[in-house]
Amino acid sequence: MNPVQDTIIGVEKITAGYKNTVVLQEVSFEIKRGEIFIILGESGSGKSTLLKLMIGLNKPLSGSILIEGQDIVSAEGDERLAILRKFGVMYQRGALFGSMTLLENVRLPLEEFTDLPPGAMDLIARMKLSLVGLKEFGGLLPAELSGGMQKRAAIARAMALDPRILFLDELSAGLDPVTSAELDHLVLSLAHNLGITFVIVTHELSSIYAIADRVIMLDKELKGILAIGSPRDLRDHSENKFVRRFFNRQGISDAPSEKFS
Amino acid sequence: MPNYGSSHMPESSSSSIHTSMIAPGVLGVKIIGRLDSLSTGSIWRETNLELDRTSPKQVIVDASEIEYCDGSGIGYLFELRRRLEKGGGELSIRGLHKEFQQLLDLFKPSEFEEPPEIKPESFGFFEKIGQSTGKICEEARALVEFVGETGTALLKALLNPKQVRWKDALLVAETAGVNALPVITLIGFLMGLIMAFQAAIPMRQFGAVIYVANLVGLSMVRELGPLMTAIVLAGRSGSAFAAELGTMKVNEEIDALVTMGLDPVKFLVVTRLLAAVIMTPLLTLFADLIGVLGGSIVLISLGYSLATYFRQIFSTVTYVDLLGGLFKSIVFGLLVAGIGCLRGLQTEIGASAVGESTTRAVVGGIVLIVAVDGIFSVVYYYLGI
Repeated sequence: MNPVQDTIIGVEKITAGYKNTVVLQEVSFEIKRGEIFIILGESGSGKSTLLKLMIGLNKPLSGSILIEGQDIVSAEGDERLAILRKFGVMYQRGALFGSMTLLENVRLPLEEFTDLPPGAMDLIARMKLSLVGLKEFGGLLPAELSGGMQKRAAIARAMALDPRILFLDELSAGLDPVTSAELDHLVLSLAHNLGITFVIVTHELSSIYAIADRVIMLDKELKGILAIGSPRDLRDHSENKFVRRFFNRQGISDAPSEKFS
Repeated sequence: MPNYGSSHMPESSSSSIHTSMIAPGVLGVKIIGRLDSLSTGSIWRETNLELDRTSPKQVIVDASEIEYCDGSGIGYLFELRRRLEKGGGELSIRGLHKEFQQLLDLFKPSEFEEPPEIKPESFGFFEKIGQSTGKICEEARALVEFVGETGTALLKALLNPKQVRWKDALLVAETAGVNALPVITLIGFLMGLIMAFQAAIPMRQFGAVIYVANLVGLSMVRELGPLMTAIVLAGRSGSAFAAELGTMKVNEEIDALVTMGLDPVKFLVVTRLLAAVIMTPLLTLFADLIGVLGGSIVLISLGYSLATYFRQIFSTVTYVDLLGGLFKSIVFGLLVAGIGCLRGLQTEIGASAVGESTTRAVVGGIVLIVAVDGIFSVVYYYLGI
């Protein structure tokens, strides 16, 4: 794995919410370059909110999110575009464009943002597909693929412009354990071979142990961070009983009040 | 025929209830047989009647002869206990089989108190007016924003046509335009035919049948051709745009575009608007022609030659009429495609939201067409067109 060095994403005092409810209250943390960072939390704890803030889809009530030093919250126009180019996103259900083949899906960012000759675009798109193990499937439409393959294709599309960061929303949701393990493997190999920083929302404990460098656990009542650290550290040394138990896969259904005991 | 009666679906007769006052204020209830979803209803009702009649302080249920008890039976016993405890009474159940007792113990009466009634927020008359006004203003804001965004994107596209995804636009043009030809043909032809036929009958009385040509020609070219084409477009393509963009929104595809740095308006709306702007006048021209041809059938059958019919039309319908109609159709096309895309992008979460957007797109499209057509009539009148 790459040596963990400087900060690539800095979340600074983010407060976010909808209408009258605050979901995240003054949350700050950092993600280091090259690490696989996992966001955890029960539903309603603000995982998706946090992810949407980091990829610039939503705006926080206050605070800033620095991606390689540039604030995505306040950036507009070309500056914003430059930040968007630093990362790729895989959405929960892939969000591939249904009317385009896989190859066309992966080609699209290349067509829009580069002036490569068409043949080169095709080649690059096929290379990205081969990175995720879908070299032979470029001519198929997304609907003709299984859920796991759609997620792979979505990762290929997210990598089209060689971003430094990949955000993966719900990596293992709705997948069988075998496919899920294959995706874990893919993430590890991409992180290892290309040095991409991963920010992943997932709940699969086996997956977390297999790939995570660090985990952030969000909590609904705290409106913020319950724990942050490597999964093994949290399992063995967390001061919080609930966190230790979670990473031991015991008593996950314990009453929430235990989290604070 | 197999007999389901006794074993699988016992009838209510397979269980019975016997009540008696054991002592003053103490009601004895004995239940025999199965206490399941089929039989519990009558027992429940009977017990209620008995409780109302005697209002006992204590009820003793002899459950020793209950053979079977399912969720309904447990519900019955539970309700019995709840009702008595609420009135300060007491229930004792004797001889209930252990496994049924376990089931009953799963539920605590305190957990089943009637939840406080949640009253839907009620608003006064003025509050409602305020809310509606707010909504209308929000809607207007969204509309203005959308028009502005789309306008700039269209202008940019026209200044820099290379940036437009023409392949996509052509694809939309095919589905929204070319594929609409059959229905436009049918409606246009029948419209011309029916109009000519209905007019020919009274006009024959005055020997003015030949003026049917003027009627058909002018009304098709100036009014009905553009209007009908636009309405068909709203039904076929406005709805399709809304559904397509709405589904993309629901599938996070729009979000994917945004995080890729692609503007959904430029990427999805401009192509559709351009396709509509190009195809609507063409379809209108086609509808005009087909409508006039429909009218010709009537005149030919009444003994006029095709040449006479067309000479009559050419002498009344001018290029100004034709161009006025076509210009109108361009505006209609823009409106229909625009409202379809807007509703699509406004779609919220869920499958029903897509349906709603589609409806709103078609209704909005047709209302806009008719309203704008009215404005055009006034403007054309004063311009002398």
